[in-house]
Amino acid sequence: MLAFFRPALATLALMTLLTGVAYPLAITGVAQVAMPVRANGSQIEQEGTVIGSELIAQDFSSPSYFHPRPSAIGFDAASAGASNLGPTSAELLATVEERTEAWRRDTGESDVPLEAVTASASGLDPDISLENAHAQAARVTEARGAPRDEILRIVHEATTGPWLGIFGPAHVNVLEANLALDAAFPGGAE
Amino acid sequence: MTPVLVTVLLYLTALVALAVPLGRHMARLYRGERTVLTPALAPVEKAIYRVASVRADESQSWRAYAVAVLAFNAAGFVFLYAVLRLQGLLPWNPAGIAPMAPDLAFNTAVSFVTNTNWQAYSGEVQLSYFSQMVGLTVQNFVSAATGMAVAIAVIRGFACRGEGRIGNFWTDLTRSVLYVLLPLAVIGALLLVSQGVVQNLSSYVTATTLEGVEQVLAQGPAASQIAIKQLGTNGGGYFGVNSAHPFENPTVLSNMLQSLYILLIPVAFCFTFGRMVGDHRQGIAIFAAMGVMFVAGLAVVAWSEAAGNPLVSQIVGSAGPNLEGKEMRFGATLSALWGTATTAASNGSVNAMHDSFMPLSGLVFLFNMMIGEVIFGGVGAGLYGMLLYVVLAVFLAGLMVGRTPEYLGKKIEAKEVSLAVLAFLSMPLGILVFAALSVVVPQALAAVQDAGPHGLSEVLYAYGSATGNNGSAFAGFGAADPFHTTLQGLAMLLGRYAIIVPMLGIAGALAAKIPAAPTAGTFPTHGPLFVVLLIVTVLILGGLTFFPALALGPLAEQVSLAAGTRF
Repeated sequence: MLAFFRPALATLALMTLLTGVAYPLAITGVAQVAMPVRANGSQIEQEGTVIGSELIAQDFSSPSYFHPRPSAIGFDAASAGASNLGPTSAELLATVEERTEAWRRDTGESDVPLEAVTASASGLDPDISLENAHAQAARVTEARGAPRDEILRIVHEATTGPWLGIFGPAHVNVLEANLALDAAFPGGAE
Repeated sequence: MTPVLVTVLLYLTALVALAVPLGRHMARLYRGERTVLTPALAPVEKAIYRVASVRADESQSWRAYAVAVLAFNAAGFVFLYAVLRLQGLLPWNPAGIAPMAPDLAFNTAVSFVTNTNWQAYSGEVQLSYFSQMVGLTVQNFVSAATGMAVAIAVIRGFACRGEGRIGNFWTDLTRSVLYVLLPLAVIGALLLVSQGVVQNLSSYVTATTLEGVEQVLAQGPAASQIAIKQLGTNGGGYFGVNSAHPFENPTVLSNMLQSLYILLIPVAFCFTFGRMVGDHRQGIAIFAAMGVMFVAGLAVVAWSEAAGNPLVSQIVGSAGPNLEGKEMRFGATLSALWGTATTAASNGSVNAMHDSFMPLSGLVFLFNMMIGEVIFGGVGAGLYGMLLYVVLAVFLAGLMVGRTPEYLGKKIEAKEVSLAVLAFLSMPLGILVFAALSVVVPQALAAVQDAGPHGLSEVLYAYGSATGNNGSAFAGFGAADPFHTTLQGLAMLLGRYAIIVPMLGIAGALAAKIPAAPTAGTFPTHGPLFVVLLIVTVLILGGLTFFPALALGPLAEQVSLAAGTRF
C-alpha cells in the first residue's frame, strides 16, 4: 500500500518544498533586495508616518482635493470589493442617479464622465479620467485660491497613459495630484 | 484602424510569437529530448525521481496513468484541506486569521486541486500567508501540471504506433513544473513586482490618509502566486477581487503581461500537439478553430462594453463605455480582452467584475465556459477537451459519408465515441442539473443577488464556472452558503475527473491501434473544411445543449435592457 502511494506522497512533498516554500521565499528575497518599495505596496511616507499607497485610492471629501471614483466598500484596503450589480439592476441605476446629481452639484458641470458615477472593480481604484479631473479643477482652484493653470499642470503631471500610446485610457492618479496640491499650495486644505 | 483593433492585433501577435517557440520547447521536453534548460535542471529532476522512487523510463497503461493522476490529486486534496483547517495553528499568520469552516475548506481544496480556483472566500480576510504559499501556490503549480500531463498522454494515444502505452505520469508532471511552469513563473513574478505587485511576509500596514482617516493596507506574498495563477490557468486571486486589485495588477504593463500569461500555454499546446503527432498542420487546424471562436467572442464583448449601458447613459445624458465594476487604468477594452481570455482559457482570474458586464458579454463568457472550456481552455485541459470534440466531429463526418471515421490514421470506433459522449455529458449534468437544483431549493436561491433574468445568469455562471473548472464568478452570487460550497465542490470534481478518466480511456484505446496510411478516401483533418466542421460541432453540441438556459438568462436580460426594464 505504501509502495503504491509512495510516488504520490513523495512527489507532493517535494513539490510543496519547491513551489510552496523555495519559490515564494526566493521571489520575496529578490524582491525585497532589488525592489523594496514596490514589493511593499508603494507606500508613501510623510514625516515618518505612512500616509497611504500610491496604488490604493483613499477617500477625499474636502473641496480642496480631487475626489476618487465611487467605492462600493468605503475604501477599505483590507477588504476590497465591487457592487457586482447587473446592468438592469434598479439599485445600481438609483445609485447612479444619486451620484450624477451630487457630481453635477459639486462641479457645476453638466457633462458627467461615466467613471465618476460608477463604482470601480476593486473599490480602491486610484485613478480618475482626465475629463473628470478637469471638471473638478474648478472646485479645487476656488478652494485653494490658486491659479487654474497651476492646478491643470498638477493634473497633467499626475496623468499616465495610454501605455505606448495605445493600451488603456489616460488616467490621473488622485493621491499623487493631491500630494502635489499640498506641496505647491500648503494650507489650502482645511 | 481603431485603438481597439490595434490593441487586439498587437496582443494576438505577441501571443502567437511567444507560443510557437514554447510549443516547440514543450514537444521536445515531453518526447524526452534535450532542451535549453536540461543542463541546469536534469540533476534536480533525477533527484526528485530517486526520492519518489519513480522509474522515469517506464511507460504506463492508461489505467495505471489514471490511477496515478487520481492518487496524486487525492493526496493534494487531503493535504490542502488539512492546511486550511489548521491555519490558525500554523506559522506565517501575522493577521491572526482563523481556521476555515469545513464546507468552505472542502470547496477551496477541491477548487485548487481541480485547477478551478473558484473563490468562495476572500484571500486577504480568510487565508494566512502559510495557506496562500504552502497550500494554494503549490496546487497552482501541480494542478496545472496535472492537466498538462493528461493532455500529453492523450496526444501520445493519438501519436503512438500501437504500443498501447501512454507515458509516465510522474515524469510528465515533474517536467511540466520544472521546465515550463517554474521558469516562466519566476520571470513573471519579478516583472510583476517591478510594476508594484506586493511580495512580502509583513503584517498589514496602517496608514493615516491625508484627510486623517486610518486605512489598513493588505500585504503578502502576492506576486509569486499571481504569476503562476495566470500561467497555469488557475485564476485564484491573491486578493478577493483578483487582478482588479491595484496590488495584484497595478499598471497597464502588468495587465498585458498577465493577459498574455493567461493564454500562453493553452495556445502553445496547439503547436506542441502538431509536432508530437508529426504533422504541424494538424496543430494549426486546432489552433484555427479555437482562434476563430475566440475572436468572434471577443468582438461581441468589446463592442458591447464599448457601447455601454443605455440605462446609465439615459441618466448621465451621454453615451459611453460600461465602467461599473471596471478599473480606470484598464477601461472597457482591456477589461473586455481579459474577460474573453479568462473565460476561454478556464483561467477565471478577473480584472473587472463580470457580474456588471453587459448581458451579451455575459452570454459570451457563459458560452465559453459551458462548451467545456475548449477555446484554448485550461493548460492541457483545453487541448484534450477539444480533442473530445474532434472525436465527435470525425464521427459525425463519418456518418455523413458512410465511412468508418479516422483521425490521424486511427479508426474512431464505438468505444472512443461512447467515452467521448460520456465525458461530454458531465457539462450539462454539472451545469443544468445543478443550476436547476439551485433555483428550486429555497436556501440555495437566497444566494442570488440580482432580480430578473440576471439572477438566473448568476446561477448559471456559478455552475458553468465550477463545472468548466474556470473559477471566475458573477460575484454578487452568495457562493459562501454551505449548500453552494458543497454542490460547487461536486460540480468541480465532475468537470475535472469525469472528463480526465474517459479521455485517458480514449487515449489508451487509440494507443493500441496501429495507424493506417492515408488513402484517397481519407477525410483530411488539416484543411479549412475540417476547421469549419469542428467549429460547427462545438456550436451544435455545446451551444444547443445550453441555448434554452442562455435564452432565459442573458438573452432575456438583453431584451429587457432594450425595453428599458429595471429589476
